[in-house]
Amino acid sequence: MTPSGALALRAAYLERSLRPSDVVDAAIDQIARHDPNLHAFLYVGADQARAEAAVWDERYARAGSRETLPSLAGVPVAIKDNMCTRGVPTTCGSRILEGWRPPYDATVVTRLREAGAIIIGKTNLDEFAMGSSTEHSAFGPTRNPWDSSRVPGGSSGGSAAAVAAGFVPLALGSDTGGSVRLPAGFCGIVGLKPTYGRVSRYGLVAFASSLDQIGPFAGDVTDCALMLRAIAGKDPQDSTSADVPVPDYIAAIGEGAGGLRLGVPDEVVGPGVEPVVAEAVRHALDVFAAHGGQVERISLPTIEAALPAYYLIAPAEASSNLARYDGVQYGLRAPSEDLHEMYAETRRQGFGAEVKRRIMLGTYALSAGYYDAYYVKAQRVRTLVARDFEAAFRKVDVVVMPVAPTLPFAIGEKAEDPLQMYLSDIFTIPVNLAGLPGLAVPCGFARGLPIGMQLVGRPFDESTLFRAAYAYEQATPWHRRRPPVAAA
Amino acid sequence: MSQVDDRAPVEHIAHLARLALSEQERERFAEQLGRILEYCARLNELPLADVPPASHVIPITNVLRDDVATPSLDRDEVLAQAPAHQDGFFRVPRVLEGG
Amino acid sequence: MTKEAAVAYGTVVGLEIHVQLLTVSKMFCGCAVSFGASPNTRICPVCLGLPGSLPVLNRRAVELGLRTALALECRVHPRSQFHRKNYFYPDIPKGYQISQYEYADHAPLATDGHLDISVDGQRRRIRIRRVHLEEDTGRLVHSPDQHGGSLIDYNRSGVPLMEIVTHPDLRAPAEAREFLTALRRLLQFAEVSTGRMEEGTLRCDANVSLQRPGGPFGTRTEVKNMNSIRSVERALAFEVERQRAVLARGDSVAQETRHWDERREVTFGSRSKEEAQDYRYFPEPDLVPLVVDDNWLERVGAELPELPAARRDRFITAYGLSVYDADLLTTAPSVAAFFERVVALFPQPKTVANWITGDVTAYLNDIGAGLDQLAVSPGRLASLLRLIEDGTISGRIAKEVLVEMIREDRDPAAIVEARGLTQIRDEAALSEIVEKIVADHPGPAADVRAGKKAAMGFLMGQIMKATGGRANPETATRLLRRRLGA
Repeated sequence: MTPSGALALRAAYLERSLRPSDVVDAAIDQIARHDPNLHAFLYVGADQARAEAAVWDERYARAGSRETLPSLAGVPVAIKDNMCTRGVPTTCGSRILEGWRPPYDATVVTRLREAGAIIIGKTNLDEFAMGSSTEHSAFGPTRNPWDSSRVPGGSSGGSAAAVAAGFVPLALGSDTGGSVRLPAGFCGIVGLKPTYGRVSRYGLVAFASSLDQIGPFAGDVTDCALMLRAIAGKDPQDSTSADVPVPDYIAAIGEGAGGLRLGVPDEVVGPGVEPVVAEAVRHALDVFAAHGGQVERISLPTIEAALPAYYLIAPAEASSNLARYDGVQYGLRAPSEDLHEMYAETRRQGFGAEVKRRIMLGTYALSAGYYDAYYVKAQRVRTLVARDFEAAFRKVDVVVMPVAPTLPFAIGEKAEDPLQMYLSDIFTIPVNLAGLPGLAVPCGFARGLPIGMQLVGRPFDESTLFRAAYAYEQATPWHRRRPPVAAA
Repeated sequence: MSQVDDRAPVEHIAHLARLALSEQERERFAEQLGRILEYCARLNELPLADVPPASHVIPITNVLRDDVATPSLDRDEVLAQAPAHQDGFFRVPRVLEGG
Repeated sequence: MTKEAAVAYGTVVGLEIHVQLLTVSKMFCGCAVSFGASPNTRICPVCLGLPGSLPVLNRRAVELGLRTALALECRVHPRSQFHRKNYFYPDIPKGYQISQYEYADHAPLATDGHLDISVDGQRRRIRIRRVHLEEDTGRLVHSPDQHGGSLIDYNRSGVPLMEIVTHPDLRAPAEAREFLTALRRLLQFAEVSTGRMEEGTLRCDANVSLQRPGGPFGTRTEVKNMNSIRSVERALAFEVERQRAVLARGDSVAQETRHWDERREVTFGSRSKEEAQDYRYFPEPDLVPLVVDDNWLERVGAELPELPAARRDRFITAYGLSVYDADLLTTAPSVAAFFERVVALFPQPKTVANWITGDVTAYLNDIGAGLDQLAVSPGRLASLLRLIEDGTISGRIAKEVLVEMIREDRDPAAIVEARGLTQIRDEAALSEIVEKIVADHPGPAADVRAGKKAAMGFLMGQIMKATGGRANPETATRLLRRRLGA
């Protein structure tokens, strides 16, 4: 089997044992054969990818063994379909944007291209990133490569499945309430939600502006760090992107867990958590302890309020962000003689039920008479959640939680009950509210299904998360396991 | 919270959001929104009086741009995506009411 | 109308003014602010509101806003935010407009200022409620054919706007006119905006109500669509009378938006269903708060150009001008600058002032132009004045040369040369002419000798006619008197 990680691919390219074209051809072939079952991709740009691969073949041939080429040169990647790719369809998993080709690239896309990455295609997602299972895509669900009757998690299910299935070594997702970490956990791979402001949002179709972040999926921690480095950093086109230098995440990744203080919140041990999940996370903590980490109990008292606060803030911002889908400039337009009827019909036809539900909820939370009671109140809770974490980080360096309270559930199991679905995000949402980095790492299996744990860190301290996760990863076998599809 | 069960507020909210809902959707949303908002009511149990709302999680201020003109998009590329356009303008149905 | 109704009510007017700021690029993106560009050629993902786009604030727009706040003596808030104003209309591509809302502890850029105006010799202080920044909308044009729908041009979408809201302190349509005139002047002198209503760089909506003396303000209506300062005055006058008539009938004034129809000279109510708009304001998450510290404010203050009142006062003290002349010369920055440049070349301020406020203004009035549209270089006027001073031409001839100088854009000395307008001062030459005129007109000559002064005027007129106006008046008068022994 060919080397599957980005780092390994690059090494193979440099030593001429492999060419980008070979890898891209293999990827396109794998997708053609296995993706009809998984439905990870909404769009595959085969011709473009092959053309780019040919260019990198040439560059590697001329380069010699010194590393003069950019960090991801010739590495195939997939992009969640809510990030703008110029001239290439960007649907956000919605009928309202079916056929739309943006006239510009998202900053992360530009940076990936500059790093030499080859974009294979756009991946499936819950419509406008609203969901935890990728069942709310207008174009059909994505299936979990470990068990195709189950969800891959959401909203970035397509990207997670693409990496887990071995189609590509790296993919980008976006995370507003857990949409990178949850699919990473459900698909048995590594997924990072960076600190808010670490990665530019320019070109990311907004869901909830104060919560959204773009993050990498990868088969292991090192690859994840590699991709983050390529996309992170201040962007003058995003006012909320932070002017904080991007460290060389790979450099200190092998420092080990010795001396790290890890905190486990009392509040995560609850009745809603499946026993196998709780057990896997407990076992992971033992591994940390065995490798020099110091595990402590901490408390995040407001964490339970985070979910209701999120379900007021995120839909409120979303209701505003999605007002632009009106049939005027692009996308779906329902014909009508009257403008306002055109708006209403276009949006009725173009949006799915979950999107409509959140728009309604958000509009309500902002409406006259309710703004203080709902939206402002939720923002106050948000301050409390942030303060809880701040207090915790005075005692520990990393907070450890499960990614999700359950194993990956069956397709259709929760789709009709929004509140049940929302509870999947109970451990991921507080991290978005506080704007902190959260890294999902596989920490076990049960009944053949992956379990993920989440490491949460201080603002802009992704380095510590990578370091801790790497130490854990190297001491455990999970990152070497692949689902049946990938092994084929 | 029970107000969301009433028909009128759901219709009003749907109109504010320019969403034409079917009778079925209106009922379903009224019920679902009611439950979600009830769930959110637990926020009222917290001591929030002196807690400032966090509209921005990051302590950044004053991100400003120099006043310099940069190239614009090519009109043809943009209008190629438009459902209707005429003479370089986007075209929409007439606004029948005052708007 | 009953006598009671005619007497009882006072007028209460507040203005909401939108000012287009003098920046090179738009408020949140780098698209150029330009006029008359072909539709949809100054657009980008940001001002089109494309999915994934994000705003970044224009520093210069903030500084011009701060400049205005200082010029209006406002309180600048050390911390302010932007908000989203959510509503659906095709000219706002995002489905919301980024603006600044005033709410609870969210202060806009500046509040609590004032602008003093003068009405019928009375000084009145009009209070400013707030000054804030926002983005302009696109432009909706109705297609000429009935089924053509509406057409949208987004060139204007995202252009930097500043909103200025007054307290309802204005008490007459004339005050509104004076206020807008003074505000426009201030904005022009501060180099914040061109401030022209006809060009849309200054827009005004008014809130009008009537008030029984000592009583509360009545129901107010909003009046829109006034396209010039004169329109504002006429529209307000109409609306005040309309409300008076309504109340006199015993009806009540409906709270509504009324549009001014320039052609028919009436305000009319919207036919649409009036529902209170719920804009669902909330802080703009894509922009970070604006912090204005004392250093920044000081720098803005230091860069503030001389404002009209200060310039006017300086003209009075430094140049010894009358209040009237100083006022006229500071109606617009271009006029004030022109005056000072001429004085720099011809340092007799009173003479310069007289010529500008006199003959130059008269000529411009004739061609229907304002002083701020004067298109002649200061050097030319200075040359003309020098030609008078050194006696090359008479004052009378100079008036003719002035007109040609402005109209043809020619150098005055060249005009004098080409048309042979040099003043005749040579006594021998003039004596000959005087001789001839006296000989030709014995009657008037005899009248002069007989003491009838009016005949002098006639004879002088003949001398001027004979010399094509070029005779030096003083010399000719002296010679004529001597000849007639008068």
